[in-house]
Amino acid sequence: MFLYIARRLVWTLLVVFFVLLITYVVFFKLPAGNPALRFAGHSPTQQELNEIEQRLGLNQPWYVQFGKYSFHFFTGDRYGWPGLGYTFASGASVKSLILARAPRTLLLIAGAAFLWLVVGVSIGVLSAVRRRSVVDRASMGFALFGISTPVFWLGLMMLYIFWRELGWAGGAGYVSPTESISGFFSHMILPWVTLALLYAAFYARMTRNSLLETLGEDYIRTARAKGLSERTVIFKHGLRASLTPIVTMFGMDIALLVGGAVITESVFNLQGLGYLAINSATNQDLPIVAGVVLLAAVAVAFMNLIVDILYAFIDPRVRYS
Amino acid sequence: MSDNRLLLDVRDLTVRFPTADGVVQAVSNVSFTLSRGETLGVVGESGSGKSVSNLAIMGLLNRARTQITGDVEFKGRNLLTLDPDDLRKIRGKEIAMVFQDPFACLHPMYRVGAQIAEAVTAHENVPKERAWGRAVELLDRVGIPNAPSRARDYPHQFSGGMRQRAMIAMALVHNPDILICDEPTTALDVTVQAQILELIEDVKREFDIGVILVTHDLGVVAETATSVMVMYAGRVMEYGPAAQVFAQPQHPYAWGLLDSMPTIEHRLDALVPIEGSPPSLLAPPAGCPFHPRCPYRFAPCPTDLPPLTAPVPEAHLDACHLPWDKKVALGKERGTKAAAA
Amino acid sequence: MSTNGSSENLLELEHLTKRFAVKQGVFARGTSQVHAVEDVTLTVRRGETLGIVGESGCGKSTTARLMLRLLDPTAGTIRFDGHDISTLSQRQLRPLRREMQMIFQDPYASLNPRKTVGQIIGAPFQIHGVKGAKTRVQELLETVGLSPEHYNRYPHEFSGGQRQRIGVARALALSPKLIVCDEPVSALDVSIQAQVLNLLRSLQKEFNLTYVFISHDLSVIRQIADRIAVMYLGHVVELGDGESIYEHPKHPYTAALLSAVPRAGTARRERIVLTGDVPSPIYPPSACVFHPRCPRFHRGTCDVDPPELRQLAPTQMARCHFPLERWPMPYSEIRQAEGAELAQPSVEGAHHEV
Repeated sequence: MFLYIARRLVWTLLVVFFVLLITYVVFFKLPAGNPALRFAGHSPTQQELNEIEQRLGLNQPWYVQFGKYSFHFFTGDRYGWPGLGYTFASGASVKSLILARAPRTLLLIAGAAFLWLVVGVSIGVLSAVRRRSVVDRASMGFALFGISTPVFWLGLMMLYIFWRELGWAGGAGYVSPTESISGFFSHMILPWVTLALLYAAFYARMTRNSLLETLGEDYIRTARAKGLSERTVIFKHGLRASLTPIVTMFGMDIALLVGGAVITESVFNLQGLGYLAINSATNQDLPIVAGVVLLAAVAVAFMNLIVDILYAFIDPRVRYS
Repeated sequence: MSDNRLLLDVRDLTVRFPTADGVVQAVSNVSFTLSRGETLGVVGESGSGKSVSNLAIMGLLNRARTQITGDVEFKGRNLLTLDPDDLRKIRGKEIAMVFQDPFACLHPMYRVGAQIAEAVTAHENVPKERAWGRAVELLDRVGIPNAPSRARDYPHQFSGGMRQRAMIAMALVHNPDILICDEPTTALDVTVQAQILELIEDVKREFDIGVILVTHDLGVVAETATSVMVMYAGRVMEYGPAAQVFAQPQHPYAWGLLDSMPTIEHRLDALVPIEGSPPSLLAPPAGCPFHPRCPYRFAPCPTDLPPLTAPVPEAHLDACHLPWDKKVALGKERGTKAAAA
Repeated sequence: MSTNGSSENLLELEHLTKRFAVKQGVFARGTSQVHAVEDVTLTVRRGETLGIVGESGCGKSTTARLMLRLLDPTAGTIRFDGHDISTLSQRQLRPLRREMQMIFQDPYASLNPRKTVGQIIGAPFQIHGVKGAKTRVQELLETVGLSPEHYNRYPHEFSGGQRQRIGVARALALSPKLIVCDEPVSALDVSIQAQVLNLLRSLQKEFNLTYVFISHDLSVIRQIADRIAVMYLGHVVELGDGESIYEHPKHPYTAALLSAVPRAGTARRERIVLTGDVPSPIYPPSACVFHPRCPRFHRGTCDVDPPELRQLAPTQMARCHFPLERWPMPYSEIRQAEGAELAQPSVEGAHHEV
């Protein structure tokens, strides 16, 4: 088991290193023209350009620059760890911007993930157990709705119905839990549900299919032959064996949402990481974009590691391979 | 056999599966009994209904999607009309089942010992350590070396033969009265097969239980069964004490099986196959289900379903219209062939 | 059993060995090997059927694939019809492939469900650029007992036995000299097995075919093989003509196999029951690979000195230091080893005194 985790950890670190390299090349090396120009904002003077080049070490060979970049990433620059540089626009450190926005995104993901997991898996189990019944058909209909509905439309409808008309939830905008717990929840409930609905639909389908397949296996028949209650058969024997694809999906979904929940963040004006990245891209403020991309990629790599570890817990056969 | 040794009395068991293409007549009017100390060998090929009958008895068929009729009397109660919860209390406790492919039959993600211990706690409220102890004890009893440490292994760490032993251990947890073994050795090597059959026989004698052994291998049945039931297309073709059935088989299907089976005894110039293929259970032939393939069919066979009866009082049961003297003549031939060693 | 390159032998295997690398350890460092086939020397004469029998993991399927060069040998030579094919490239082998074909075990998996029967049996013609496929395919369908009208049907419309016939027709398509049958009847019902076995036998006579027939079922092998090789853990432990192996086996493993087969209508008999499981082919036992389970194990010899395949009777060879002298093996001749016990016959009326 430890060997298994150790192996995965080493590969993960290697992946992070390559992500760094690719990010660096894409953002700092590939774009044509003088890099200093981009750092300088609009209409710089030659003197400013020279200064910038000096400051950013742009006159040094690329591998030295890359070396510094990765070094800073791991050890921190004058703004602390990780060293992501600083924005063009205001000179503020990328890190501080990210740290300000990250909690919103992470809380959004956490709440939505909890919801979609609970709702999606429950509906999936119910559908699988009551195959072809009204419940099953209704659930799969719900799944179809969830998957097909555009997020922005759903988000706006939610706001309209539950905030504007019914006044049950708070409107757009983010209220930090340190400010007001009730405000936090009332403003987050709609974004959570909006984001969760799409994923719940996928998870319901995935759980249903996976569980149905598992329930056809011989060891389920053995479990029934032992005289176990139906509930034990389904949850203890059936569900555990069906978890692998769900865990896989979950890992990827969470990881991709780190930089990717752009639409939800926009609709509800949460000013999270995705929103930050898109805005910065529009303004050509590359360090922030690079920073968010890097963070997202690292999130993916680590979620994969977590998922792999979870596999080993769920399915002992994996540990011995 | 005295009444108090009678365990199971099955009468007219019929199982039908409605499907999109029609009704599959999986089992039709199957009747037999099982007593303590008896090993009933149920022989048939694919589609004969031998497995489905036993699944019906154990209540492992989906009641919502299956039509099951008949009488299965066990300890004074009809298992087919029992409340599902009551049936569940019997299943695994008084009647236990061992299946064909031990690789697929154990849950891959739980330790072997845990799965057996689970069988204990399913019917008895005992603390986990007691249940685990019983699991280890049984693994040892079925011949798994190093039982205490092996119990902590996962199924994929066991070989095929050991997995089957573990399945048998799991079935024995509550000292059941009946052990149903559905093709327990088909997926195993022949030397392992011998070990498992020994074990089942051993267990039967030690606990004085009744065993139903389902198989397609006549050799297995001949060696281990005390009574034999031959099934084809969901019906019973022949039924009686093993010694009699092998000494003097009475049904053309049984003759066909004995003739067509590759035998290890000597090399034949040609095997005599049964022409044709088993019938579709959606639309089984009218009259005797075997008649399209039977070399001895005559007038009544395509229209009249032969009843399962003993042609003369001293014979065993068969479902065939042929006159008794013909059966004797043709059966004796096969009988001596079967007994040649 | 000579192994010189005489023209009476269609196939010759000499010291054939195949080992597979297995990844073990962290970061796939240090590979172990699966000893699938070890030092196998066999010949197959023209027109005969060589049966290879053994249990799972004995190497019989691997040997079959080596014969057809579907695998590359680790060591040893394979000679087909006088040509050494051990190291030929796949391209050089192509023309030879017309001469050697295979019939597979699973009739449900060995036919492409998306192709018609005509396309399946016609494929060899296409691959080797032979004309006149359609008529020939229809002829073949008739030869194997199917109707030529089945040309346009799909595999799922046929039963297991019929599918196996299609497989046979496909193997016969280009009139091969050698057909390797890898457990062709194991997946079929008993009453259908006989149909397919009869078909194979009659085809052999009609087309002068040579078969290598692989099976774990000793009863089936008896009905079809002229000579038999018994394999255990990658080694050939006994080699002899059909009757000798069954009437008086020499190797203790053969004896155990024979005594394990359940039979209809045998009187009480004593049976050698091997305990334990087959050892892993990654860590085969030293010297004689069978010694940990052998009822005739002699400490100091069997676990130290690897036995050679020796001629013990005019038509029998065995790889054993202490081959059987009598069959059935009397109790006194069985030495108690950690490998075996002699099972007492069951008392119940399962054994018939007729």
